[in-house]
Amino acid sequence: MSRRRGIWWAAAIVLAALAVASIGLGSVHIAPAAVLSALAGAGDPGTVTIVRVLRLPRVAMAILLGAGLGMSGASLQGVMRNPLAEPYLLGVSGGAAVGAVIAVLVGAPAVLVPIAAFIGAVLAVAVAFFVAHATPGGGDVRVLLMAGVIVGAFANAAIMLLLANADPAAMRGALWWMMGSVAAATWAQNGWLAFYVLAGGALLVAWAREIDILTLGEDAAASLGLDADRASRRVYLMASLVAAATVAAAGLVGFVGLVVPHIARRMGASASRAVILGSALIGAALVVGSDLIARTALPPAELPLGAVTAVIGVPFFLIQLRRLR
Amino acid sequence: MIAFQGVSVRYADAPRDAAHDVTFTTERGRMTALVGPNGSGKSTLVRALLGRQKLTAGRITIDGAPLASLARAQVARRIAVVTQREELSFPTPVSDYVALGRFPHRGAWRSAGAEDRAAVARAVELSGIGPLLERSVDTLSGGEWQRARIARALAQGGEAMVLDEPTTYLDIAHEMEAFELLSRLVREGMAVLLVSHQLNLVARFADMLVLLHDGRVAASGIPDDVMRGAVLERVYGWPLVVTRDPAVGAPALVPLRGAPRRDSTLNPSSHIP
Repeated sequence: MSRRRGIWWAAAIVLAALAVASIGLGSVHIAPAAVLSALAGAGDPGTVTIVRVLRLPRVAMAILLGAGLGMSGASLQGVMRNPLAEPYLLGVSGGAAVGAVIAVLVGAPAVLVPIAAFIGAVLAVAVAFFVAHATPGGGDVRVLLMAGVIVGAFANAAIMLLLANADPAAMRGALWWMMGSVAAATWAQNGWLAFYVLAGGALLVAWAREIDILTLGEDAAASLGLDADRASRRVYLMASLVAAATVAAAGLVGFVGLVVPHIARRMGASASRAVILGSALIGAALVVGSDLIARTALPPAELPLGAVTAVIGVPFFLIQLRRLR
Repeated sequence: MIAFQGVSVRYADAPRDAAHDVTFTTERGRMTALVGPNGSGKSTLVRALLGRQKLTAGRITIDGAPLASLARAQVARRIAVVTQREELSFPTPVSDYVALGRFPHRGAWRSAGAEDRAAVARAVELSGIGPLLERSVDTLSGGEWQRARIARALAQGGEAMVLDEPTTYLDIAHEMEAFELLSRLVREGMAVLLVSHQLNLVARFADMLVLLHDGRVAASGIPDDVMRGAVLERVYGWPLVVTRDPAVGAPALVPLRGAPRRDSTLNPSSHIP
């Protein structure tokens, strides 16, 4: 028990260290001690501005983004009884991308792009959900999973059609959005992202015991007195909503929702509550670390965050696959 | 305790009822066995009891109260069901798995109390899975897994237990252990409803058999009344004789070698028009 707890404390310390490093490293290097005092508002005013105005919102968004995607993925894997389930598989990313691409192509102001993405994500999830529930096997999570995959495939086709004849500037803008980034983070964005991640995450944690039951299948859930259809529906919708909020804030940051719950399980989490909370912590660390690499690997250029998380996530996931029985 | 009264179930687009006008009752302190060929409607009735399948006619009652009027958690606190299939998506320690049986009592919020711990401890002791508690469910053998599932149902702590083919993966010793455990629960006053293909074992252990054929009750009563060669031969569509178990004197079925006699005189209702 204490050893298990030690692992989670270590993960929290790694997250804190990555956050401090991420705030300190960049075109102007700031020592960790100076970062900490600047966070408290003390020290050189220029440093305080860099830390609190320029870099902290970005790190805060990376933390919220990673935590949200991690919790969403952990909940969906449980409720879908599928270790490959993740929010992006279920149409969230495709729908959000269609919304964002349309906004970029019609020349909407940048502030509207996240809203369009959010609407696109919610619409895609709603379509997948209603299509799945219109079939005879309505509540079956496998049908839901398939519906989500198909909606996602349709969204990809729509994006290609939209971008095929777009002008290069708009195309580049749309492409950058799809590759994910926390570079443009503001406190206003962080405010509403925090609302979705914290409130949605709290609900998912509260429903964790139901998710434990749902992993046994619908019949077993019914034998334990749980209405499997209703319980899995609300977890599915809440997890999708949290993922939609992250996508609206930062574009598509892939593989976090898929990989992070597996890391949490390897670190000893087995009950859903532990997997969800652990995924929040590890997801945050993964995205903060990936953003640090994205910013500092090839200065002054920035790598797309979504590509970095995928480059880190894919090899890890392949190693995981080998261990699956 | 659990009463099926004229229960009929028809799946969407099916040409006939999966269960038709089925009536029988389970009692406390009795083991009732639901037997019959594959597809005769046994699991359909279990699903109906779980509220997973709507009835097209009839009703199921629990101590006289219609199932439909009871909340699921209320039912789960009184009746534990070990379903035929269960999925294991993620590795879980056996101890956590058995504790899931307390969900109907604890709900989503309450943490485990003394009563929960006592129920889990008793379930572990009765099912003999103490040595497995630290293991992960995905490392268990088929037999160990079935015992862990029975333990989870025991932890539910109800007055009735329903088991859908619980001994499918068990060897002789573990199967006998499971039956002995069930008959001990019956002696302690529990109502046990068992779905099984092990006719010879249920003939020894069960107080009452309900034989289903094409969704209908073909025979029901004490084992001696149901275990009759002509009836079983017609229902199962295979030549057989019913004899007496030389050791314990219970009726015992012996299937004969040879071609299946699926002709009209033996098994008229198996014909598809």
